[in-house]
Amino acid sequence: MPRKSTAQASEATPTPRPRAAKTAPPPAAPAGEEKYILRLYIAGQTRKSITAFNNLQKLCEKYLKGNYEIEVIDLLEQPQLAKGHQILAIPTLVREIPTPLRKIIGDLSDTERVLVGLDLVHKKSDT
Amino acid sequence: MARTRKPKPPEPDRLLKAPTGIRGLDQITRGGLPVGRPTLVCGGPGCGKSLMSMEFLVRGATEFGEPGLFISFEESDTDLRANFGSLFPELPDLLNRGQLGIEFFRISRAEFEETGEYDLEGLFIQLALAIDAIGARRIALDTIETLFSGLPNEAIVRAELVRLFRWLKDRNLTTVITGERGAGTLTRHGLEEYVSDCVLLLDHRIEEQISTRRLRIVKYRGSAHGTNEYPFIIDDHGLSVLPVTSLGLAHKVSSERVPTGIERLDDMLVGGFYRGSSILVAGTAGTGKSSIAATFAGAACNRGERCLYFAFEESADQIVRNMLSIGLDLRPCIKSGHLQIHATRPTLLGIEQHLVSIHRSIDDLRPSTVVIDPISNMIQAGSLHQANAMLLRLVDHMKSLGITIMFTSLTHGDQALESTMIQISSLMDTWILLRDIELGGERNRGLYVIKSRGMAHSNQIREFIMTESGIELLDPYLGPEGVLTGSARLSQEAREEAQRLAHRHQIERQRRRLERLERVAEAKLAVQRELIASKKDEISRIIEQAEASERSLRRDAEAMARSRKAATKSPKKA
Repeated sequence: MPRKSTAQASEATPTPRPRAAKTAPPPAAPAGEEKYILRLYIAGQTRKSITAFNNLQKLCEKYLKGNYEIEVIDLLEQPQLAKGHQILAIPTLVREIPTPLRKIIGDLSDTERVLVGLDLVHKKSDT
Repeated sequence: MARTRKPKPPEPDRLLKAPTGIRGLDQITRGGLPVGRPTLVCGGPGCGKSLMSMEFLVRGATEFGEPGLFISFEESDTDLRANFGSLFPELPDLLNRGQLGIEFFRISRAEFEETGEYDLEGLFIQLALAIDAIGARRIALDTIETLFSGLPNEAIVRAELVRLFRWLKDRNLTTVITGERGAGTLTRHGLEEYVSDCVLLLDHRIEEQISTRRLRIVKYRGSAHGTNEYPFIIDDHGLSVLPVTSLGLAHKVSSERVPTGIERLDDMLVGGFYRGSSILVAGTAGTGKSSIAATFAGAACNRGERCLYFAFEESADQIVRNMLSIGLDLRPCIKSGHLQIHATRPTLLGIEQHLVSIHRSIDDLRPSTVVIDPISNMIQAGSLHQANAMLLRLVDHMKSLGITIMFTSLTHGDQALESTMIQISSLMDTWILLRDIELGGERNRGLYVIKSRGMAHSNQIREFIMTESGIELLDPYLGPEGVLTGSARLSQEAREEAQRLAHRHQIERQRRRLERLERVAEAKLAVQRELIASKKDEISRIIEQAEASERSLRRDAEAMARSRKAATKSPKKA
């Protein structure tokens, strides 16, 4: 599991991280690192979907500035796409690249868990 | 999408039911599962939940033209195809023609990170897509409980399940939901709280190493249903439930007689068994029960009727071989399909499962005659109480179909013959008892009819012998010394013959004596008559002489008087 380094990093960081994250300046995208390709699956413009999208954008701007791509897939328009990634919960965020594929469900309001899910914890600890 | 005919015309006032096509289940649910509503099928692991839901869909697609969708949360669709493909050979074809769909949703907690609120709209969207793809009318969710273990937020799962069931109802989908049985509750996560229309409970019990599957309808809102536990079996034809119908002894009876295959037994029964009656052939070991049963079966087949023979002691080949020794060739009957021999060990299944399998075979062959050889072995597969209940059901079922059923039963030598079968004897219309008669260093067979309802049967004990040309019943020797059989009968008959001869000789002798006496008497009489005749001659000669002399005397006297002239008086006076 590639989470090993992340786990160590998260253990090393002090707990009230959300606050620390707020105060920290957004890191610049390190050159040569893989671009993040993220897909956000939603079903119509629901409150949860909008919240998720806003949360995601904020988060990416903060930790992945210039090094990410978000594709929003509305399953009401393209329902057949749900099968490919086995999407049951809405909203679901799929990190397609870098591999391995990761899924995060929910409106992404818990930033810390999103960072864990996206394997971005070490970034935060860097800052 | 092609065949979407509604199985029933809509009746607004009544609960519509979707027939399952599963043997027996439609009977106990009185028509099937509620149309457009969810039905919960719950039970422990390996009790047949998935199979039942799959069979519901397969039968729905093949028999009722309702396309079905199987949603699996546990097994992958390739696994499902492989597993169910062996049970339902039509499965690949149904899948290709779009009559059936299989979808696999994998939910694994390890794959998810959960942040904040969400719902299961993705599941709904995928379901809608799959349903619309084949125009599904029936859907099975196996096992939806996986959502509870797959998704961390139970509150959300519960809320979404409520929404899912309502959604399925709105789409008028007849749904089967499976759920694992929990400790003290019907399902581990309380699915029964959401599915309130129809709940079926499957159970798989092991008693004395023999498993019995049972099904019970826990509830069925808006419908009458059977409340018993119904045994069911799973075999290569799928699932069969045995309806425990209480027929209430209202079956029609026939007065037609069925020959027994043994001429003299027919005579004893005044023409044979009644069609549709139940017959018990009881006896100790080696008294010829199976031979009587096989003869009866063979006779039915030779009349062109179909017969089902359940053998619990011998294999089919063994029965055929053994019957050849008494001149009964069953091979042509088997070849022509009139006779089917099902040979199994009684311990293979629980007693009730045997019953289910008997029912199914009867449904398949539609025989006029059924032989169960022997019933006593089957009773050993369960308790006495179970056995009685089972026999009652079996006999009732046969009678309702007008099938003549013959049971053989092994009784033990150390028990009173009549007492062993006391429990089942009341179910039997005709009771034939075979017993050993041990006499003079021989063991012979005796047959008698203990009872036969509705006929003036013989009360005699017959000797029963098996010859190369079949079973024969002989007149017994009935004398002051009781029934004699075998050599004793033969020697007794020889003795009697000698006695009869002696009698005849004596009579002959006496007759000859009488004749002789008569002849002697005749002879004596003749002599007497001769004597009398000769005496008569003599006497009449004397009389003639006397008369002649008298006449000459008188002539002389007259002549003298004439000469004396006056002397007409006597000479003395003169």
